[in-house]
Formats: sequence, structure tokens, C-alpha cells
Amino acid sequence: MSESKFYENTEWQETGKTFLDSNEMILNMGPQHPSTHGVLRVILKLDGEKVLGTDCVIGYLHRGIEKIAENRTYVQFNPYVDRMDYVAAVSNGLGYCEAVEKLLGVEAPERANYIRVILTELNRLASHQVWLGTHALDIGALTPLFYCFRDREEILKIFEKYCGARLTTHAFRIGGCQYEIYEGFEKEVLDYCDFVLPKIDEYEELLTTNRIWVERTKGVGVLSGAECIELGATGPVLRGSGVQWDLRKAQPYAAYAKFEFDIPIGKNGDTYDRYLVRIEEMRQSVRILRQAASGIPEGPILAKVPKVLRPPAGEIYHSIEAPKGELGYFIVSDGSTQPYRVRVRPPSFVNLQALDKMVRGWLVADVVAVIGTLDIVLGEVDR
Amino acid sequence: MRTLTNYLHSNVTPGEAGDLLWATIYVLLVVAALSVAVMLMTWLERKVLAHIQIRYGPMRVGPHGLLQPIADSLKLLLKEDIIPAGADKLVFWLAPVAVVMTAFTTFLVVPFGRTHAVTDINIGILFMLGVSSLTVLSIIMGGWASNSHYPLMGALRSSAQMVSYEVPMAMAIVSAILMTSLKTGTGTLSMIGIVESQAAQGRWFIFSFFPLGFLAFVVFGIAMIAETNRAPFDLPEAESELVAGFHTEYSGFRWSLFFLAEYAGMLAVSSIAVTLWLGGWLRPFSNALAGTTWDLAFSLLPALTVFALAGICLLGAARMPKHPSFKIQTMGLAACGLLLAAVGLVLLAPGVRERVQDMYWFSVKVAFFMYLYIWYRGTFPRYRFDQLMKIGWKVLLPLSLAVLILTALVGIRQELATVLMGVLR
Repeated sequence: MSESKFYENTEWQETGKTFLDSNEMILNMGPQHPSTHGVLRVILKLDGEKVLGTDCVIGYLHRGIEKIAENRTYVQFNPYVDRMDYVAAVSNGLGYCEAVEKLLGVEAPERANYIRVILTELNRLASHQVWLGTHALDIGALTPLFYCFRDREEILKIFEKYCGARLTTHAFRIGGCQYEIYEGFEKEVLDYCDFVLPKIDEYEELLTTNRIWVERTKGVGVLSGAECIELGATGPVLRGSGVQWDLRKAQPYAAYAKFEFDIPIGKNGDTYDRYLVRIEEMRQSVRILRQAASGIPEGPILAKVPKVLRPPAGEIYHSIEAPKGELGYFIVSDGSTQPYRVRVRPPSFVNLQALDKMVRGWLVADVVAVIGTLDIVLGEVDR
Repeated sequence: MRTLTNYLHSNVTPGEAGDLLWATIYVLLVVAALSVAVMLMTWLERKVLAHIQIRYGPMRVGPHGLLQPIADSLKLLLKEDIIPAGADKLVFWLAPVAVVMTAFTTFLVVPFGRTHAVTDINIGILFMLGVSSLTVLSIIMGGWASNSHYPLMGALRSSAQMVSYEVPMAMAIVSAILMTSLKTGTGTLSMIGIVESQAAQGRWFIFSFFPLGFLAFVVFGIAMIAETNRAPFDLPEAESELVAGFHTEYSGFRWSLFFLAEYAGMLAVSSIAVTLWLGGWLRPFSNALAGTTWDLAFSLLPALTVFALAGICLLGAARMPKHPSFKIQTMGLAACGLLLAAVGLVLLAPGVRERVQDMYWFSVKVAFFMYLYIWYRGTFPRYRFDQLMKIGWKVLLPLSLAVLILTALVGIRQELATVLMGVLR
């Protein structure tokens, strides 16, 4: 029982009383729990239903991905990154490929960049749909989950047609794209844009003005912009608190500089605002998709990269705006075919740190809502 | 034979007539019917919820999953019966038994028709309220005896919730009972008496003193969902928070008893709502569409409903895929349809027609509430505990009190006026 500080330093133990003399209760939530999004374990210190403190125990899904990188070549490691944030595998791949490209001094061709943007934005939509479904499910609305998964399915079909895989896509290659787009790809993406916009309205109809939903999310898990920055929280969590920071605009990568889109921000930094931000982001993704899919330039999809990758010794940090926040790769090369060290900055892991701050003084039900709003994927937290 | 004719000509419930034999038969019938209703309800809930959520729901076991409840109950019966190591064995054992006992006992006084109740006691509604409140006891027993955190929290939530929602519920009921004293001058607490006074007054209490009756009905409608721990007030078993709440540690048969009791409780409170506000077994439009012709038309409806169901079954059987592996399902569905058609024919018979009507209307009204339950579950998120308490104490209680007082004032307005006139003179 040494995993948590709560098991040792509880008030009643210090004063030499028994457990029954105290109002505190230690509740172990997870790793097997319906709404800890995988295998997160949160140890809650409760006074009745009120949360006095939380302690996250992570590592139940640790696969040593960063260590594996040291024993694989740059190309071999590429599929592994898909297994981190498995609901946004394309973004993971994009970050890694671009980081290695930067290290190599290669630039992906324009056509490849467009395809990358399309797939990543589709993936952002899919990731947000999974988030919305599970978040609503945590708050007790069963139905949005199925609506979201129905619409996500169409995205996965596009992925499957493009690269043969639905979830862990391995869509990109260092220097460009793995595959040429298939016949009718643009049309399918544009059709999907037309298909999904009314669906987003449908999600909103179910939730946005729903009294119970508003009561459950407004004012819950408030983080101010300054607190977000202190904690390193990024992505919709940061934007929900009113900080207009999106790496797609702040330091454009791939072809993002060419597209017009807005960065939605919230005001209060509560769960409701983060919900609105993500919903609006889905609409913005559709905007990007429309521009990108109707303007894919001709040309090669793969830059000239050597057969065996031997990046010059040095280090690189490259980050992209994954659906969940800033996804960064820090790669140290010693000039050999294998990276000396790969360190991932996973958005979920960093955002999860805000949990304690957000739920202290709230109720057990809010813990679940806040875990949902942070949009964590344990594969990425534990790696 | 004599008992049968006696029964058929009786105008009172077996309990009132002191007919022990028929009372026993009624009890058995109610228990059986309740179990079947719960099974049907689980199937219906899964099906309706599935269609709300763009799924099919159970499709494999029997045609359209019709046999799924049977498969489920078999599975539950065969599962290992686990009693957690640290549990208080006796209480743990007692809780599910107690919950089922209380849930079934309430049905003693539910009037499915003028003569179709086990008995009619003059404190019927009080008896129902009292016995159904005992459910909370078993929930606390189960939650405490499990010796585990989640069940304990579920039990605590449940007890707080049920106790606080019982107050507005009782207020709403009292306002309906006040209405029974209109015209006749004497009120009644008997379930049958309440329906009869609605018949005598020629209107259901939901329409009495509009909007007072309706408001009381709404208060009851909200409180009854909280009372039965269903979405959006399903905090005691909030899956995403407390895993399964008070029955987290229960498995197999014991769990199924809790499950049975939950659905029986839903049926019980719906029956109260139907009896108090929706005219119990009375047919709708008894004023607008009066007369023997309309009576006849309405008395044909039960048979027509069964025929419609039979038609759906037969149509489904006809549309089944012709593949050999669907043969048994097709035959089963067709047999089901034929059976229903036969039942429908029996229901057409003049003697049966009149007697069945009451039960039909009562069941239809209860089924409407059951559908509402499913609908709520498919559309609403879950309230948080403090919000739930807030609604109970700060919204529903004042509202129900106001409704109660206003109902009383409106009810005695003539007397009040006379008194006032006297004072003024």
C-alpha cells in the first residue's frame, strides 16, 4: 500500500485514533473503473462525498515506448508512436516524422503536407468524437456515445481505405507519406465534411442547452489561464481558459500556414467551456479539411531521403498540436541509425497534473467529469 | 364451480369478500405477472434504448431478442454466488430478500380493476407508500453489509435521496387525496376508492383544478424517478462514478433480486401515479365519447391491441430471412403470433371483454410510464448529488406544499366564501 501518500499520512493515523474516529475515507478509483478512461488509478481522499485530495497512480499501461526507441532504427520506431495516443494515432505519427525530418534536414513535399493535414484533421475530429462520447457517458448521458462513434466510423473508413489500418494507422513516412491517395479521396473527405457538420449540431442539440449537462459542467473544474500555463496544460484545456495558443497558428507545421481557421477560446476555464471549445474545434477542423481537400497540389509525396537514415549527431525538439494538446518529440541523435534517446512530451500526461487542482473541494461525481474533460488517453500518459 | 361463478359475479376484490382461495390465486397471479412484466420491461428497455442510440439491441436470442430475458435470467441463476470475505453474511443475505419482499408486497393493493386487486384496504395508498419506503432499508443493508467503499457510498446516496424525495412525493399524494373528498364530502385513502371518486367526479385528478392537479402530478412524476433510483437520478448506482453503487458486490441470483426489485418498484410507483392522477383502470374520453356504442368500441381495444401485436409477429415471421438457420426463429415467431391471435379471439368474447378492459387500460397507462423511464434514460445526463438534493428540497418541496395548500383552499372555496361573507356581514 505504499503507492499513495494517502495510505500513510492520514489524519487519524497521526493522532493515534482509529479509522472510525475520522470523517475521511480513502477511495481507490481504478485501475479497473468504468470511467477512468483505461487504467488510470486515482486515490481519492474523501470527506463524505467531498474530495479532499487526489493522488494519481499511473503506469498500468507502461510499455516502455521511449526505451524501445533506443533499440530501433528511426524508421522502425515509427509504428510504435501510433500506440501512444491510440485514438489520435495519425497526429502521433505526424509529430514523430516531422521531428526526424527536422533532424535530417529534409522537408516533406507540398503534396505530402496537404495529405498530412487532411489526415490529421480527420483524426482530430475522430479524437474529439471519442472524447465527447466518453465524456458524456461519464456524466451519465448514454446516447451521445453512439452518435459520436457512428460518425467516427466514417473517418476510420477513410483511414482504412488510405492505409489499410483503422486505429494505429502508421500513415506517414519520414520524408512524406507512405501511400499515394486513392481515387476519390478528396471527394470522400469533402463529402464527410458535409456529412459531419449537421451531426455536430446534433451533438450540441443533445447537450449544449441541456439543463442537467450545463449544471454538471458549468463552474466545474475551473482552471485559470495562468494556472494552465503554470501546470503546462495545453490544447483545449488551455484554450478553454481563454489563452489563445494553438501550435498550428503559433508555429505552423505541415501546411497549416496556408489555411484559414480560427482558434476557439473559452472564458471561464470550466468544463463547459472546454466542451464548447472542442465542439468549435471540430467545426474548424471541417473548415481546414474543406480547404485542404479542394487544393491538394500535384507532385511527389515523398522527399528524397536516404535508404538508411543516419541523422547527424545533435538534438531536436519538435512539437505539434495534437487533439489533446502539445505533443512534442525530443530526439537525441548520436549519428547512428538508432536514436540515442527519444523523449515524448505527451499532452495527456501533462494535462493530467491539473486533476488535483481541479477537483479539490468538489464531489466524487466531478472527479469523473474532470477526468473526462481533460481528455486523457492512458496509452499516452504511461507510454 | 361455485367458487368460480361466485368470483365472476363478485363486485369486490377477493380480499374484501374474504375469499381466501381467490386471494391466494390473485397473489400468485400478481407475482407471476410481475415477473413477466419485469422480464418484458428489461427486453423493452434494451430495445427502445438501443433504437434511441441507433443500435439494434438484443437480436440473437430468439426473434428480435425476445428470449433474451430468459437467457439472462438463466445466466444469472447459474452464476457463482459470491459473498465477499469481509461481508456481514446474514445482512448480506437478507438485503436482496427484503428488497424483493417489499417490492412485491406493494402490489397487494394495486387495483388493476374494480375487482382486480388482491385486496382493498382503507389505507391503501399509505400502505403502498410505507412498504415501498422500506426498499431504502434493504439498500442500506446491502450497501453496509458489502463492507466495501462503493456500495457504502451508493447506499448513503440512496438513503439520502429516497428520504428527501419521499416528502414532496407524499405532499403531492396528499393533494390528490384531498380531491377525493370533492362532491362526496368524504375522502378516501383506498386505492380503489380513489379511482372510483375520479369516476364519480367524471374527471381524472390530473385535470382537476387545472393546473393544480397537473402540477402535483409533475412533482410526483419527478419524485418517483428519484425514488426508484433511475436516470437522471440514478446516483446510487451511477455506473460511471460508483461502479454499480449499492449492489457492486452482489452477483448472480442475489443481484438479479435487486434488479427485479428495481423494476418492480418502478411498476409500483407508476401504478400509484396512474391510480391517483390518470384514473386507474378507467378508460380515456369517458365524457367526450360516452354512450354504449363508444363503450363497445373501447371494449374492443384490448383484443385489437393483441391482434396488432399478433400481426406484427406474423409480419416479422413472414419477413424473416429464408435461410435454414432462421427456421426455428421464424417458426417461433409465427407460433407466438398465432398464440397472440388466439388470445385476441378469447378477448373478443363478450364476457371476457368487459372484465379484461380494466386491466388493459391500467396496464397501458403503466406502460406509458415505463416508456418514459426508458426515454429519460436515453436522453438525460445524470445529476450530481448536491444538485439532486437542491431540486428535492428547494424546488419540489415548496412547489408541492404550495400545490397542497392551494388545492385545499380551492376545494373549500365555497365554504370559505360563506365564512367570509358571514364575517363581512
